[in-house]
Amino acid sequence: MIHVEGISKRYQLGVERHDKLWDMWVHKARRMFSGGQRATDTDSDHFWALKDVSFDVAEGEVVGIIGRNGAGKSTLLKILSRITPPTEGQIRLKGRVASLLEVGTGFHPELSGRENVFMNGAILGMSRAEIKAKFDEIVAFSEVEKFIDTAVKHYSSGMYVRLAFAVAAHLEPEILVVDEVLAVGDSAFQRKCIGRMGDVASAGRTVLFVSHNLGMVQTLCKRAVLLSEGRVVTSGEVGAVLEDYTTMLSENEVLAHTRFDIDPEKRGQLLEASLHDRNGEPCGRFDVFDPIMLTVTYTLREPIEGAALNLVVYRNTELLFVSFDTDRAPELLHAREPGTYQATVQLPGPLKAGNYDVALSIGILNMGGVDSRPEALRFVVSEYSFDTSKKSYCAQRPGPMAADLEWSLQRQGNH
Amino acid sequence: MTSRADTETVISPATGVHPFRFSELWSFRELLLQLVWRDVSVRYKQTALGLMWAVLNPVLMAVIFSIIFGIWARMPSGDIPYPLFFLAGIIPWTFFASALADVSNSLVSQRALLTKVYFPRVITPLAATAVPLVDALVAILVLLAATLLKGMVPSWHALWAVPLGLVWAWVSALGVGLCFSALNIKYRDVGQLVPFIVRVGMFASPVIYPLSMIPEKWQWLYGLNPVVGVIELTRWSMFSTVTPPNPALYGSVGISLFFLVLGAYMFRRMEATYADLV
Repeated sequence: MIHVEGISKRYQLGVERHDKLWDMWVHKARRMFSGGQRATDTDSDHFWALKDVSFDVAEGEVVGIIGRNGAGKSTLLKILSRITPPTEGQIRLKGRVASLLEVGTGFHPELSGRENVFMNGAILGMSRAEIKAKFDEIVAFSEVEKFIDTAVKHYSSGMYVRLAFAVAAHLEPEILVVDEVLAVGDSAFQRKCIGRMGDVASAGRTVLFVSHNLGMVQTLCKRAVLLSEGRVVTSGEVGAVLEDYTTMLSENEVLAHTRFDIDPEKRGQLLEASLHDRNGEPCGRFDVFDPIMLTVTYTLREPIEGAALNLVVYRNTELLFVSFDTDRAPELLHAREPGTYQATVQLPGPLKAGNYDVALSIGILNMGGVDSRPEALRFVVSEYSFDTSKKSYCAQRPGPMAADLEWSLQRQGNH
Repeated sequence: MTSRADTETVISPATGVHPFRFSELWSFRELLLQLVWRDVSVRYKQTALGLMWAVLNPVLMAVIFSIIFGIWARMPSGDIPYPLFFLAGIIPWTFFASALADVSNSLVSQRALLTKVYFPRVITPLAATAVPLVDALVAILVLLAATLLKGMVPSWHALWAVPLGLVWAWVSALGVGLCFSALNIKYRDVGQLVPFIVRVGMFASPVIYPLSMIPEKWQWLYGLNPVVGVIELTRWSMFSTVTPPNPALYGSVGISLFFLVLGAYMFRRMEATYADLV
């Protein structure tokens, strides 16, 4: 269905470009006088955004394309959508291709919702008859029926996005190439969109989905391709590829100690955070059963009612748990005097092998934040001290949490 | 577009310059119409007078230029009232000039669209000629009404000569415009150059003065400007008292066609690198 073979894309770096006619003539004249030598292409003049990328997508498959910023995802999307040609290689596609690199391409603020539906539909490759037939459905999906004859410039951004997505959601190509456009709108509408994507997928359409949102990739895709520095690192079953990706994300990237910038304007502030092993040494790599100690220092500059330190721990970008330093000391919520506090806690264990992110913030319970550090610390838990392959909490098994439970077993007679 | 379900698309490196694929262009005709309709309707949507501007524009121009050049500077216009003489010149010129400017600028101004979705790129410059064309058609009706009001009757030749003139001006504007639109991607100087050409070009065309003011021996050179032929054709057919255009002027049809081919070539050559440069 989609056959990508040895795709490479080279971009010229700014060295040899002449954006002004004058520059070009000057350059040509210089070259003429210097004996007509042509500057030879050197490696420093260009860079490869994609290098020898190959993969296949079967009919009806939903494949996620993941990778960090700059890994080549958008370049691959642009080549697949025929916006820019590859430098080398070939892609064969069977069937109608629609690409959604943004929602509302071609929307014009002066036109009404109705007119824009036809405009946008035509741009996405729908015929007028097709749009007419689906018009009511599109409008119903967008939930902007009442304003469909109002100029789009009067829409709220939410309405705008809903209408734009509604058109895109009713495309029926054989192959759909989607960028992260789904990450739009309020969460209820987002769920609706994800549902619609799921429908598209189960209707047997081939979908290529480029995203940062690993949760979404996991829900929608069966297979994934991981790109890094323009090359395919792994491709295959989505779970395995995502695991590779999260490993890659955190390789050499533990952050066992962080000192935060001071902002005296804030009413309260995080100062320092660190992770320690059982000996009190700073440490970012742990074994499954190692105790993990967390220390956070923070200051409150004025008496704040209801202030608490919030600890959020993610495993492989998935939220694992939330904890407050006031959970067991509710009296602190009433009268918290200004001053510097040091909070120490042992993280619950065992933790399943994986990559962990720690987000810290000072918040006023049920009111809002005072200081927030979403990427305060990172650590890795791995299984090196003993073989977990026969344990329930082996990293490859499903579930985010290791539950090393005390089962009691009694033999109740024999047969 | 609906019939492409089983077709195979091959995406491969851009090699060489290929002619336009007309079958593909045909399959995108609905998009072209949609873009044309968008540009035309947006243009008049927010103005209080709407389409009236297409009428007011030539009328006001005719009034102002008639006062300056007809009454004050006493520019000769033969036995045709100066306002009519001027209108028959300014309408083809304005059509050519605004089509040229819009086509030259089309790829840059539609960048948001062109970097997000695929369709044959040439649709964009084609659609850009629509608004100038609609304006010209309305203006021609104004000219016709004004002629009849003056008690003059256009010759029957106007039935073919005026449309032919528009096609000629369209081909010329598209050809030169395609060259500029391709250059404009890499060299933004073009954005400065085109308004200049448009302003100077009006004086290099017989818009405010008659062709007869150009010395006979230089008319061949002057006539290389295709708009000269278009204007002469229009004046001759609209006002039966004017002598038929000098056949030498038809030579510039060759110039127009040359630019059309050159423009198409430059456009196709630029197309592949468009998204990387814009």
